[in-house]
Amino acid sequence: MLIAVFAGFLLSILVPVVHKLVPRISGIIFSLLPAVLFFWFLSFLPRLVPLEGIIFSYSWIPALGIEISFLLDGLSLFFALLITGFGVFIFLYASAYLKGHRYFDRFFIYLFLFMSSMIGLTLSGNLISMFVFWELTSLTSYLLIGFYNESEISRKNALQAMLVTVFGGLAMMAGVILTGMMAGSYNFIDLMTDSQVLKDHPWYMAALILLLLGAFTKSAQFPFHFWLPNAMAAPAPVSAYLHSTTMVKAGIYLLARISPIYGGTTEWQVILTTIGGITMLIGSLMAIQNTDLKKILAYTTISALGVMVFLIGIGTVLAIQAAMVLLLAHALYKGTLFMVAGNIDHETGTRDVSKLSGLARKLPVTAYAAVLASMSMAGVLPFFGFISKEVLYEASLEFSAGNILIMLVVFISAVIFTAIAIEIAYAVFFGPYKETPKKAHEAPPMMLAGPVTLATLGLIVGLFVQFLATPLLGSSAIAVLNVEHPLKLALWHGFNLVLGLSLLTLLCGYLLFRVRSRIRAWAPRLDNLYKWGPEAGYQKIIPGLLNIATAQTRFFQNGSLRNYISTIIGTFIFFILLTLLTHDLEFDLMKRLSLYTELRIYEVVITGLIIVAFFVIINSKSRLTTLVAMGVLGYGIAVIFLFYGAPDVAMTQFLIETLTVVLFVLILHRLPSISSGKRNAGTGYIVVSVAFGLVMTYLLLMITGLPLDSELRSLYAENSYPLGKGRNVVNVILVDFRQLDTLGEIVVLAIAGIGIFSMIKVKYSEGGNK
Amino acid sequence: MKTPIIQTVINLLMPLFFLFSLYLLFRGHNEPGGGFIGGLIGAIAFVFHAMVFDSRETIRIFNLNPVRIIAVGLSIALISGLFALVGGDPFMTALWADFYLPVIGRPGTPILFDIGVFILVIGIVLKITFSMSSL
Repeated sequence: MLIAVFAGFLLSILVPVVHKLVPRISGIIFSLLPAVLFFWFLSFLPRLVPLEGIIFSYSWIPALGIEISFLLDGLSLFFALLITGFGVFIFLYASAYLKGHRYFDRFFIYLFLFMSSMIGLTLSGNLISMFVFWELTSLTSYLLIGFYNESEISRKNALQAMLVTVFGGLAMMAGVILTGMMAGSYNFIDLMTDSQVLKDHPWYMAALILLLLGAFTKSAQFPFHFWLPNAMAAPAPVSAYLHSTTMVKAGIYLLARISPIYGGTTEWQVILTTIGGITMLIGSLMAIQNTDLKKILAYTTISALGVMVFLIGIGTVLAIQAAMVLLLAHALYKGTLFMVAGNIDHETGTRDVSKLSGLARKLPVTAYAAVLASMSMAGVLPFFGFISKEVLYEASLEFSAGNILIMLVVFISAVIFTAIAIEIAYAVFFGPYKETPKKAHEAPPMMLAGPVTLATLGLIVGLFVQFLATPLLGSSAIAVLNVEHPLKLALWHGFNLVLGLSLLTLLCGYLLFRVRSRIRAWAPRLDNLYKWGPEAGYQKIIPGLLNIATAQTRFFQNGSLRNYISTIIGTFIFFILLTLLTHDLEFDLMKRLSLYTELRIYEVVITGLIIVAFFVIINSKSRLTTLVAMGVLGYGIAVIFLFYGAPDVAMTQFLIETLTVVLFVLILHRLPSISSGKRNAGTGYIVVSVAFGLVMTYLLLMITGLPLDSELRSLYAENSYPLGKGRNVVNVILVDFRQLDTLGEIVVLAIAGIGIFSMIKVKYSEGGNK
Repeated sequence: MKTPIIQTVINLLMPLFFLFSLYLLFRGHNEPGGGFIGGLIGAIAFVFHAMVFDSRETIRIFNLNPVRIIAVGLSIALISGLFALVGGDPFMTALWADFYLPVIGRPGTPILFDIGVFILVIGIVLKITFSMSSL
């Protein structure tokens, strides 16, 4: 399981190599990974036992109680299959779509990373690792959305998508931590059993809202929906993969996952159905106003996500089952339609639906896929979308209990879906042919494989729903409900109210399709309204934040190294003194000092040298003299280290001193003369320095005087050889006992090195004196 | 400083410097030394070369790319910790081989980690030196 999750991360390293070796078929090779994973996950389907997840657990940092655990139940298996199954077609599609692109290999690295993060997210058995993968999907989606990095819009929208989802992620992290504190565990299994404890806890509301913020931002729920249409700046395969089938469903996944933990309360139901309902309505209303095919699809996706949130919010058996059915149906038709949109854009050069007509003659196979997918979207018998619409109506009818408003919202969005489906299938592909910017012709086979297969699946799954969809969707719904309840799906329910509604939807959808141009002509009048919308809010908040950051940076980072150091040292002195004054420590300074009266001659000589060097430094007028005196001072200290039995530290000190001198020599001629600085302006500096020296001396005397009851020293000394296989304790501590710390330090070192480089480079190019 | 005498001396001393840095790296587990110190000495070898010739000359002759060196070092250090995961042990559990090699001693993941530190330190010092000398 560990391998399945991390395969994408590890193999992504090989992507450029493979692409360089066999550039022609690299896309096919890459798509083998999702294919293998898909079948591997599929092999778990017969092994699933309702209400019992298969748990895979690996210890990661046991000392901190952090482990990686994966939970495979109906829900996570459903998502894993969705991610890998679509992955195959998306990978194939992308390899043709971006054929010959300069950053082809880079794109596939991102895709690999994204897919693995997504699999990790859905399989995580605890909230912590799920959160880590969650953030990874935000990060990788940023790279994917901003793939056309030369375009400013692309970069801006990628950043927007990331900021919005990361904001939600942060809120979610707080929610995760709260949950952990309330329940004492992060494991989903434990949390499910402790569900009642959580619900009775006074923090329930806070934790719930924080977690929901994460889900709502990721799944583009109102008022965070605006990032999704903007993310359409991404290449078509990204939109098809991230923005219809996988990433935006992560929020839905989270809701479904925590539904047996947090769900079932009035708060849960009210928040989810309200937000879901608003999103459903707004998404479909926005969709009908747009003419950009991808934007239309994005808004309908928002609307569909709203429906899913709404259904999970209802939380009844029927509603959860409907949500799962819709999830699959939506993935099938929307994934297809995004790829169709990509084909149209790629082959005709435009994706404005008002400029497209009669494309079926030029792109017959694409047209086939588009028509099939649209029929599923509209909910035409016998497509899978029809079944999905039936169960949606059934669940909403049951929930609304005569509340006409709820039914109206569901109905309106369904009607708009139908109208849009007709537009995509009929208006774009049939009727008189209109000239397009590029000479239209059919897309290459690899770009057709995905849409055709998925669209046909939408039909086949509809026809044979009992065999193909019920086992997976049923066990998935059971995992969400945490109660065993069989899923019964059928194409034909007989003549009843629901069927009547379905037919009425189709009729109204057709009528709406006929008047769509009038609606679009009227739509610009709404522009004033958007000034108050959430996106406008985003546009105001971000510059505001940047201004605050700039002001703060100007204040703290004023560019004077002396000020920085004085601030740091001053703060240090302040806190040390505070601690010393507030804690009563028995310490006799004179008695400690008297221990140091026996000095050896070489100690006196070295200390004398250091003191002389010090006075030379503060009085010198030339940088070279200062440098040499600094060297004397540094070497002197190193020698003292040697006296007291710290050869490693001494050696490091010697080398650093040497390097410092060498580096100074390299840049000495660039530095201004020493007298040009504000040299004597700094009595303040002297005060700080002297105070620092006194405090440190006092502190050291005190610390060495305290009894060493630390077990660490003997622990390290005794275990260095038997456990660490080394006699040099310092080294063993660095590379074995405290290896993680060292790793952190060298990462900091690497960042500092690169930081110095970029600082010098920026300064250098600003000065322009090359 | 670009005199033929020093240049010749440096050319002769370079291998010695480097050998000494490796020596310090591998003895580090038992005697004073280790990746950090070894790395500094190794870097000083190149820094001296850059001083008496020219940093561009040094980069050209040794085909150096400091950022890549940093990346390699960091990756080695990280990977050394991942070995334990394969065996089901927690991240960064030290694993030791059962045999001894000449010079290196008993190979183990902490040694690999130290090699990573060694390479990283060389990379960082070179990066700083080269960017400063190009000022």
